[in-house]
Amino acid sequence: MLASFFRIVALVHKDLLAMFKDPRERGVLFVPPLLQCLLFGYVATFDLNRVYYAAFDRDRTAASSQLLAALDGSNVFRRVANPESPDELNTIINNGRALLAVQIDQNFERRLLSGQSADVQVIADGRNSNTAGTALNYVDIIVEAFNIQWRRAHGGASPPVRVTVRSWYNSNLETRWSIVSGLVGTFTLAEILLLTAMSVAREKEQGTFDQLLVTPFRPSEIMAWKALPPLLVGLCQATVVLLVALVWFRIPFAGSFLTLYVGISLFLLAVVGTGLLLSSLIETMQQALLVCFLIALPLILLSGMFTPLSSMPEALRDFSVINPARYMIDIARRVYLEGVGLDRLTADLLPLGVMASLTLSTGAWLLGRRLG
Amino acid sequence: MTAQHDRAHDPLTARIRRTWALVKKETRQIIRDPSSIAVGVGLPVVLILLFGYGLSLDPTNVPIAVVLEDASPDAAELASTFQLSPYFATRLVTSMAQAEELTIARQVDGIVRIRPDFSRQLRSAGAEVQIVVHGGDANRARIVQGYAEAAIGQWTIRRMAQGEDVTNGPVVVRDRLWFNEANESRYFLVPGLIVLVITLNGALLTTLVVAREWERGTIEALFVTPVRAGELLLSKVVPYFILGVFGLVLCMLAARFLFHVPFRGSLSVLGGGSLLYLLVALGLGLLISTTAKAQFVAGQITLTVAFVPTLMLSGFIFDLSNPPWAMRLVSYLFPARYYVALLQTVLLAGDVWAVILPNAAMLAGMAILLFALTRAATRKQLD
Repeated sequence: MLASFFRIVALVHKDLLAMFKDPRERGVLFVPPLLQCLLFGYVATFDLNRVYYAAFDRDRTAASSQLLAALDGSNVFRRVANPESPDELNTIINNGRALLAVQIDQNFERRLLSGQSADVQVIADGRNSNTAGTALNYVDIIVEAFNIQWRRAHGGASPPVRVTVRSWYNSNLETRWSIVSGLVGTFTLAEILLLTAMSVAREKEQGTFDQLLVTPFRPSEIMAWKALPPLLVGLCQATVVLLVALVWFRIPFAGSFLTLYVGISLFLLAVVGTGLLLSSLIETMQQALLVCFLIALPLILLSGMFTPLSSMPEALRDFSVINPARYMIDIARRVYLEGVGLDRLTADLLPLGVMASLTLSTGAWLLGRRLG
Repeated sequence: MTAQHDRAHDPLTARIRRTWALVKKETRQIIRDPSSIAVGVGLPVVLILLFGYGLSLDPTNVPIAVVLEDASPDAAELASTFQLSPYFATRLVTSMAQAEELTIARQVDGIVRIRPDFSRQLRSAGAEVQIVVHGGDANRARIVQGYAEAAIGQWTIRRMAQGEDVTNGPVVVRDRLWFNEANESRYFLVPGLIVLVITLNGALLTTLVVAREWERGTIEALFVTPVRAGELLLSKVVPYFILGVFGLVLCMLAARFLFHVPFRGSLSVLGGGSLLYLLVALGLGLLISTTAKAQFVAGQITLTVAFVPTLMLSGFIFDLSNPPWAMRLVSYLFPARYYVALLQTVLLAGDVWAVILPNAAMLAGMAILLFALTRAATRKQLD
């Protein structure tokens, strides 16, 4: 038992040395996670803080400028043009110079003063309909505020239903908090899968894998040897992301680090197991790269990180049951933002544990067959 | 021997002959290892189908809890608005404690609370409806909030129309979504997906081809032949370009006939822009492969340089006018943003030259730059 342990340690040591002796390999393992994490933190949001718009004011009265001033004063809307004709307005939208065009018709003020309702036309560039929809929502909010102000100034009833909104765990609904906290762990998926499969493929391509098979190592030992280095690298990468979240973005951590690392370790074991399972089917590094992409991409994009799981067709939603990333996002966010303990995470930890043990044992079995 | 043989012929024909021989060799290698054919043709099909159907930002069946603390018909009517809405999968509960338990267990994403005195308040000072969202996923929380507010707003307007004393806002916003009247997120996600697929396809196909020759030592064998750097480069591009075109065509067909993405521009602009981008992607893979010289490093770099920026810095999912200026500056360095702008315009808006020309020019410039750099890197090694 002890001898077996020392043998594995020696092999892991050898792999880690091989991995870190090349400065370029060292670089590709740790610099990209850092940069990408910053990238995600700054870019991955559906909130808008800069909406370029064009204002076509055909009324040119105190009321219409008051409404436009409300847009301009919002810190979000930036007026880039004041078109004088519908044609000019069309060109601005077509060329993508502005996301929105706000058109206020003649008689705007007259209708308002006479107690009628007045229309404001808003044209949005739907080439990215999600961004456009968000921007339109912002317009609605500003117009609603304008309405309340106008009523108050000109004597009218206040709306009968008020909506108050409260948000748990992330009171300002900062997208960055959700995205960056969800990345802790999940983020390593593609890299670790690739690392695992490629390290076996490299040994196969260079012929050193077959040499190992003739040594007295047992299949389980070889599995442990190939699983541990990526596991360690993955833990380091997850720590890098966690540090960025804590130190750079200063997102408050509500849970326990121990719980988080239990989750990350189980997730990494499931990923490494998948990688090892794949590598038993793979002979070259090219195949490893291609197969890993083919698998990692759907796992990441369909994990619920970018688009909600409940909007997916049923078949794909069922498929996500075997997606380790889905569970990791849940664990990371809940531990990080909500501070839940292990007892509330069984629904996530259990599937990960099952995946890890299934993939690792199948991998060892396949390896044993190759030996036999 | 070979060199003398070549000199006897016209140098141009010799050059073409050498390149042709290398192209044949590369093609045989592709056919021998079906994994690159799988990437060239299989990857685009799988990705476009999976994501075309799987990715949608349009909320449907968002699970929420409606807390009905008031038994009046008004409250029941408001609750039924949520039950009938296609956006929500509503669970009716009668106490806030039940709703909170559902939220903490992540069975619902938000709570709409109708208080005990809702009906009475509605007729006097104005009633309050409370919305509680789970901020763990802030994007989702905002969607829930927005749609819940809209549902309540609609209910208010409906009541007004029935002659109840409810005043409408003086200013009414009439909005129109150009180029995507149906507000289908698929219409802009599918073009974005095509960009992602072509980037990966192009970069993955070539990223290992030079590094592999370095690792196996076969590149040194090529050095002693009269083959020149440019010819070697060309032979690495041609077969994969053809393979990439297959994938491209399949993607476009899927976009048009499976996902019914509108096509308002001209075929020549679409084809020209797409082939240009395929060249950029292939060039990127080749440059990585030539400079990395090791398959393992090349693979990891491709993951970083091709995949993540295409997803994050292209305008495919996330708006590009938002991030801080440093990030916006970085986004100009990656080719994906130009192709996303071009593709979304050609498909959804039409041949708007003011958008197409600058973006196509940037792509052409990048293709030239990438191939020039790769050539320079290859020549240095030949010396």
